Amino acid sequence: MSARVQTPPFDLAAELAGFGAGAGAIATFTGVVRDDTGAMAALEIEHYPGMTERALSDYGAQAAERFNLTDWRIVHRHGRLAVGEPIMMVATAARHRHAAFQAADYLMDWLKSRAPFWKREIGHDGAARWVDAKASDEDALSRW
Amino acid sequence: MTLDVLYFAWLRERIGQPRERIETDAATVRDLIADLSARDDWHAAAFADLAAVRCALDQQLADLDAPLEGVREVAFFPPMTGG
Repeated sequence: MSARVQTPPFDLAAELAGFGAGAGAIATFTGVVRDDTGAMAALEIEHYPGMTERALSDYGAQAAERFNLTDWRIVHRHGRLAVGEPIMMVATAARHRHAAFQAADYLMDWLKSRAPFWKREIGHDGAARWVDAKASDEDALSRW
Repeated sequence: MTLDVLYFAWLRERIGQPRERIETDAATVRDLIADLSARDDWHAAAFADLAAVRCALDQQLADLDAPLEGVREVAFFPPMTGG
């Protein structure tokens, strides 16, 4: 049960070694830098050191209680990430698959709009643009 | 009281610094914003549209009407875009 913020890439297989021992179901989600316009070279992710770790731990603990998780892990990167690089991962372990899937979905909804990260798109021409929050991400929280 | 005020993302860019230590008599976050906005044009520009401003008090999300009593660190930032 842990949350981490880091600049280097993570290795999903290494993260899962020994994760969720004894669980009947493990779900993982990995977010990857995507280029929707063909003009983007990289994403820069800023965060609030101190608060970020605290928020991720709080959301993980909330998910564990709500979905009876036997284990959970959140890894979120910051700094400059090229298109195609992994940004973050969540892993959830539970007795049954529904709880594991739902907990991962729940954590993603919280991370999207309640964890202190801010994305900035860097174009091939070097121009930078802060990514706006989506109303749909905010709405997604009301499901829970 | 003395407060450490932190700025992130485009609020940091508009204000031109990531943090500052200030003296204020503000009772709520909204009062603090009014105090900061009156200091110079950069602060005023950063806080021009409060619908786009979120805040945290001692690293916990809070709303703009929250009281500042006992708080040491206030952070201002746009809506978060994690994940």
